[in-house]
Amino acid sequence: MYDTSDIRKGLKVLMDGNPWTVIEFQFVKPGKGAAFTRTRFKNLLNGNTKEMNIRSGEKLEPANVDQREMTFLYKEAGDLVLMDQTSYEQVSVSAEMVGQAADLMKDNLPCTVLFFNERAVDIQLPTFVQLEVTASEPGVRGDTSGNVQKPATVETGAMIMVPLFIRVGDMLKIDTRSHEYVERVAK
Amino acid sequence: MKGRVLAVDGDVAVIRGERGDARVAAQAGWRPGDLVDGRVRVRAFGAADYPAPGSEVMRLPRARLDALHARARALTEVRALFAERGFVEVETPLLVRAPGLEIHLDAVPAGDGWLITSPEYQMKRLLAGGFERIYQVCKCVRGNERGAHHASEFTMIEWYRAYAELDAIIDDTEALVARVCTGVARLGGGRTIDVTPPWPRLSVRDAMARWAGVAVAGDEPAAALVAAVRAAGIAIADGAAWDDAFFAAFVARVEPAIAALDRPLILEDWPAPLAALARRRDDDPRVALRFEAYIGGLELANAFGELTDPVEQRARFGDDVRIRGERGRDQYPVDEKLLAALDEGLPPSAGIALGFDRLVMLATGMTDIRGVLSFAADER
Repeated sequence: MYDTSDIRKGLKVLMDGNPWTVIEFQFVKPGKGAAFTRTRFKNLLNGNTKEMNIRSGEKLEPANVDQREMTFLYKEAGDLVLMDQTSYEQVSVSAEMVGQAADLMKDNLPCTVLFFNERAVDIQLPTFVQLEVTASEPGVRGDTSGNVQKPATVETGAMIMVPLFIRVGDMLKIDTRSHEYVERVAK
Repeated sequence: MKGRVLAVDGDVAVIRGERGDARVAAQAGWRPGDLVDGRVRVRAFGAADYPAPGSEVMRLPRARLDALHARARALTEVRALFAERGFVEVETPLLVRAPGLEIHLDAVPAGDGWLITSPEYQMKRLLAGGFERIYQVCKCVRGNERGAHHASEFTMIEWYRAYAELDAIIDDTEALVARVCTGVARLGGGRTIDVTPPWPRLSVRDAMARWAGVAVAGDEPAAALVAAVRAAGIAIADGAAWDDAFFAAFVARVEPAIAALDRPLILEDWPAPLAALARRRDDDPRVALRFEAYIGGLELANAFGELTDPVEQRARFGDDVRIRGERGRDQYPVDEKLLAALDEGLPPSAGIALGFDRLVMLATGMTDIRGVLSFAADER
């Protein structure tokens, strides 16, 4: 069993027969009051989220979730199809589980797939991906004040806000958690 | 030459390059850690300078270095203010035989006892011993506390005034915060709060009525408070204890409302079940002479008009020990030396504990306590 000191992002727990993963948590302790951990969970089966206050001393049941390294193949309808490179087994997971980051997924992207009761339920993307810019208007010269950005389209079709110096053909490092530009990288 | 700035002292900087260290003329804005070439700063020290994984080299990001400099300046200001106000700085033991009995605190065992969760018992014994105005800046350790506003090992500023009421402590607190924050507290994200004295005050009863819609008398049975909290639309378990019912409403409704205020708040007159070591009011024993100071939702300090009656103090310690037992919490001995000091006579006093790390957060705009510590728990 887990207690509140085990709570961290990505912890998998079983509640009401469903597997949930922790997506946010905050330690709260009013002066002279009992401590608790305000925790936001995502349901690994349907993507629903809920917030609960877990009091110090309360226990959480670990969810029996397996992880396997697989590579991304393609999108099909609302699903993402991935393959195990050694067994060639293919699985599909609803794109909704990944949210906006789904449009940052390129063929052969290595991902971690979560299995609950032998069924693929969720995908963990690498924190950063590298994608090439396929379209972006040239930056307007002269506007050098502060953090000016412009839109750019990358090879997967995703739209990212980038600094003005970025050009078509540049390779970008993008954070899949925030969907934001990090830096330009050498090809 | 090219290298990293090791130190800057006035006009002189020491740079470490491939061929060794050299003293050069410092340029404006150079900070330790910056990469410089000749007289030009190539790159400012920042987040991108974090060491590679596995590296033992410690390089603090620029924002944190600045916060730690601000922390040192804050400590100087704190000591200057207490000196001006006639306080004596004292030091009390970190390792004690009888730690605080407060129900929701965990003391960490060490040596032949425990580390202090607060220096209050020892400082009160110093008051009984003859001091009139004392303060201390010390480390306290509370087990199982970690979060954006909590570090298990943290720094407390605690001070006491004999022959004084809480108004004098409020005045000290307002002056201390206004001085360290130079009039404006920073909450991150560009939000600021004017901390110029005097600060607004509100009783806990009024706050609970206004923001939670819950009437709190202080002497009602737990079941009645549970019903009132539930009637206000706040979830609470059947058979919950009085304090748990109170805090369910407080955390859900009152704390968010306090966090949204554009001024600090002195939240005073706490219900007797939450009196801790505070004296009850003579004119209404259902409330205690206790206040908490909040700024932008950050709970900064807790103060008591000190309980000096040894009979009532012994009874409260007995209750704490019993409740700790009922709730399955670790058991600690009662501090008989404190009770003996009360028997001999503690002057009427008021005192306060203020979280120094949180004060530095307010002075710097850091939103996570780790940002004002030179070593967070996972960096030791």
